[in-house]
Amino acid sequence: MFDSMRFRFTDVTGELLASDTRTVAVLAVIGRSMFADRGLIQRFPDRIIDVGIREQAQIGVAGGLALQGFKPIVSGYAPFLVERPYEQIKLDLTHQGVNAILVSVGASWDSSGSGRTHQAPEDVALMATLPGWSIHVPGHPDELELLLRHEHAHGASAYIRTSIDQNRESYTAEPGSIIALRTGSEGSPTILVVGPLVDATLDATSGLDVSVLYASTVVPLDAPALRNFVRGTDVILIEPFLAGTSSGRVADALNDRPIRLFSHGVTEPELRIYGTPRDHREIHGLDAQGIRSFVTRVIQAPLSAA
Amino acid sequence: MVHAQHTTLTQRTTTYNYDDLARLIQIMTGDERHSEAANSTLDVIWTLYDRILNVNPSTADSPRRDLFYLSKGHGPMSFYAVLAAKGFLSTDDLSTFGGRDSILGHHPDRMLVPGVDISSGSLGHGLALSVGAALAMSIDGYDGDIYCLIGDGELDEGSNSEAIALAGRFGLSRLTVIVIDNNSSLHGWPGGITSRFEVEGWSATVVDGRDLDDIERGFRERTTGTPNVLVAQVGNRYV
Repeated sequence: MFDSMRFRFTDVTGELLASDTRTVAVLAVIGRSMFADRGLIQRFPDRIIDVGIREQAQIGVAGGLALQGFKPIVSGYAPFLVERPYEQIKLDLTHQGVNAILVSVGASWDSSGSGRTHQAPEDVALMATLPGWSIHVPGHPDELELLLRHEHAHGASAYIRTSIDQNRESYTAEPGSIIALRTGSEGSPTILVVGPLVDATLDATSGLDVSVLYASTVVPLDAPALRNFVRGTDVILIEPFLAGTSSGRVADALNDRPIRLFSHGVTEPELRIYGTPRDHREIHGLDAQGIRSFVTRVIQAPLSAA
Repeated sequence: MVHAQHTTLTQRTTTYNYDDLARLIQIMTGDERHSEAANSTLDVIWTLYDRILNVNPSTADSPRRDLFYLSKGHGPMSFYAVLAAKGFLSTDDLSTFGGRDSILGHHPDRMLVPGVDISSGSLGHGLALSVGAALAMSIDGYDGDIYCLIGDGELDEGSNSEAIALAGRFGLSRLTVIVIDNNSSLHGWPGGITSRFEVEGWSATVVDGRDLDDIERGFRERTTGTPNVLVAQVGNRYV
């Protein structure tokens, strides 16, 4: 059976509800059917709380539960989990000094046919403005499970962004780490790819002399590993959301050397195009062909073009 | 319960009563006092802490006590004065109000102020937080009560509508909301506040928000089995 991050999230959350009586799942309809299909709503009627289509209240309720010592896992569509109740996240969780795990679905273009309303390429940038939050962008269901269990055990605040796009295999073995998938020659460009864009990036850079690094956690960024793996002055950041979202953190991590940083990602959030997720990857230049084109331009760019 | 990290309770050396509150409020000075807002909530907050709430400085960190969520967090001078009168704060704290190193800001911070259960000041947050806390009490099988104070103007915030409906559906009988009604809602529904709650399954009572005994009566006569709202009418003088 096809395994998705969303399926895995539901299964793992059910296990966490079973193993820890202080864990609560707070839903706003989205995902309810998946919890119901697994018998979890019947099994945990008081700790799976579906507030209905009330996304501001969803975060507020999670805050109230956290104030009373519970560990909320809150899930929903990224635009309605992060963008609509952003002030609630800021004030009802962060400012109250309490923690929750937010897990989104939808990502940048998963629901491409729904148009702009269900697309949130800005979510990670928004969440990154809030202090104390870790931000994870898993590229595989195994990574989602690893990061969710890690954050639940850790008890801090975390935003986990799931997507229907996923890599062929899981790469992250240690939560928060940056790993090297391909190593180029000394002085060659370094590509840091985030989340589910690994396969496309590896395909795109086949035959090129580049290093390819992978991160499923962008906040906090694994700066020591990044410093260790970067072998030249050109650094290319490839992210499946708003272009440049992690540029500042990458630049800060590499402020011990001169670099040229190129950021690739979503640059046109207001596409006004429906179609499929594949269409959107292509339009944003985040399929293999688009990534190769971007990387090639960087490699060929003279210093003055930086 | 998750508590402030730096709670230090004041040892009471003086007994204060209602008549002292005006003097305690006057200790707090500055340009951002929101005196009218503070005045509008004074009698309800005093009644809560003097006659209703199961909390005192020695139980402030206890998970088994009543909770008070001041959603109407702007103009907190009445709240601070009551907390000082009841021994959570010292009068020295009051004199620092709004200062650089004070724990008492123009909007309360639960991480700084002993006895403050939520940080507030942005309107429309306390009610949903109190719904979550009431649910937590229910899961824990704890029969404490939670009180949330909001303003009638604050009810304009759409977030309250979500929480009102939710509390009604969940039948959160431990939750009591006090609406300070000073007719400040720009497009409000005069006399219609109780209807907004009742239509969502709440029990509603209207009290004279300037009469301590009537306020207490309203709290004592709450209906069991539903969330309750007390509409405390304080007239138009208090913004």
